[in-house]
Amino acid sequence: MIAVIDYGMGNLRSVENALKKLNADYMITADKEQILAADKIILPGVGAFGDCMRNLRENGLIEVLNTAVLDQKKLFLGICLGMQVLFESSEEGALTQGLGYLKGKVVKMQDTSVKIPHIGWNRLELCGQDVITSLIDDEAYVYYVHSYYASEIDEKDLLAYSNYGTMRLCGLIRHENIIGVQFHPEKSGETGLKILKYFVEEQI
Amino acid sequence: MHTKRIIPCLDVKDGRVVKGINFLGLKEVGDPVELARQYYEQGADELVFLDITATNEKRETMRELVEAVAKEIFIPFTVGGGIRSLDDIRKLLLAGADKVSLNSAAVYDPQLIRAGADKFGSQCIVLAIDAKKRSNSGWNVYTQGGQKDSGLDLIEWVKEGQRLGAGEILLTSMDADGTQQGYDLEMLQAVQKVARVPLIASGGCGSLDDFKAVFLADAADAALAASLFHYGKLTVKEVKNALAEAGIAVRKSL
Repeated sequence: MIAVIDYGMGNLRSVENALKKLNADYMITADKEQILAADKIILPGVGAFGDCMRNLRENGLIEVLNTAVLDQKKLFLGICLGMQVLFESSEEGALTQGLGYLKGKVVKMQDTSVKIPHIGWNRLELCGQDVITSLIDDEAYVYYVHSYYASEIDEKDLLAYSNYGTMRLCGLIRHENIIGVQFHPEKSGETGLKILKYFVEEQI
Repeated sequence: MHTKRIIPCLDVKDGRVVKGINFLGLKEVGDPVELARQYYEQGADELVFLDITATNEKRETMRELVEAVAKEIFIPFTVGGGIRSLDDIRKLLLAGADKVSLNSAAVYDPQLIRAGADKFGSQCIVLAIDAKKRSNSGWNVYTQGGQKDSGLDLIEWVKEGQRLGAGEILLTSMDADGTQQGYDLEMLQAVQKVARVPLIASGGCGSLDDFKAVFLADAADAALAASLFHYGKLTVKEVKNALAEAGIAVRKSL
């Protein structure tokens, strides 16, 4: 069972449609017991970093995630803002502390040669060795919508990135059981479905 | 490598896809769910679904159809037509739309853009604009499916829409729409100069060369087309291949 965490940060319908398409066993929940009982966890998220952390805290989910992800080592997928909160901090709004599962800081895009937010399809440049990257075509594209990105990450964790203007944007990152994607796999066509399929079918 | 997007548009009336010429003379061309699936499989980068009669006939956008389409396609999906309130937006997002496009309602109530962006995020709010050349110079914004001149200047409205939180601009040239004589490059370039958010070109596309022209002129971030895809004149894949050959970055079709 996959627990898709519903904590008031955006529309979960697209993620749900993709999981249905993959015949995944999932539930949409904010319930602590259900999350702790699940095999895997998806943390979606659209909106502001500060709101996201506050909603997690107010729903009592930070401790639950710490237990499920760090102690129980459940396979975890953070999507978009759900990936950004995995890092140590973000400078969105006031400097805000994140969950700190991954090394790195979320910073605002600064590049006058391109439009910001970064909206649209960008090529995924594979750079790390993992089962996930072995499933992705050499020339694959994914759909992004964001204005902030992860920097000062641990290069060993980075599996794929996209170039935008002069920036190298962290696209797909993994540290053991923790996977993060800045793009929207549920909106990235067959490439996105392949990544979700891996998550749905992987046994750890 | 950021790519240019190709976006088929489904103009829907009474549950069927239709297409007119210069906003009139609507002609039925097919089942929206079937067309959506075909476009997805051909490598469309996004789909736009417009309930073109909703504003006039005061109907709610066809929510069930949105639900059915959202289950078939795993690319961004924008829905517009007759959206007048936050509640209308919420219902469409819950039905599976990723973005909504606001047109006439945003002109009458610009705060709807801000309220929608605050509540659901700018990434959800596409400002759709129908514009027509003035007799002197510049363009005016029209409402009610192109029937009514709002008196607003296009460039000023784009600036205002962005200030209020629109995440993308979908700009249709009423002069070019349905003619298949090419996008309105002059108008698009004028808007692109002030656009801080992605600009989607709409109206007038009739050939591969028209797609190439709009991107080579850097007049848009995405190109929308309806008729030439509906009638099978071109497939999305053919367009992408032609653009790639012309050196324009596109997402490779499946």
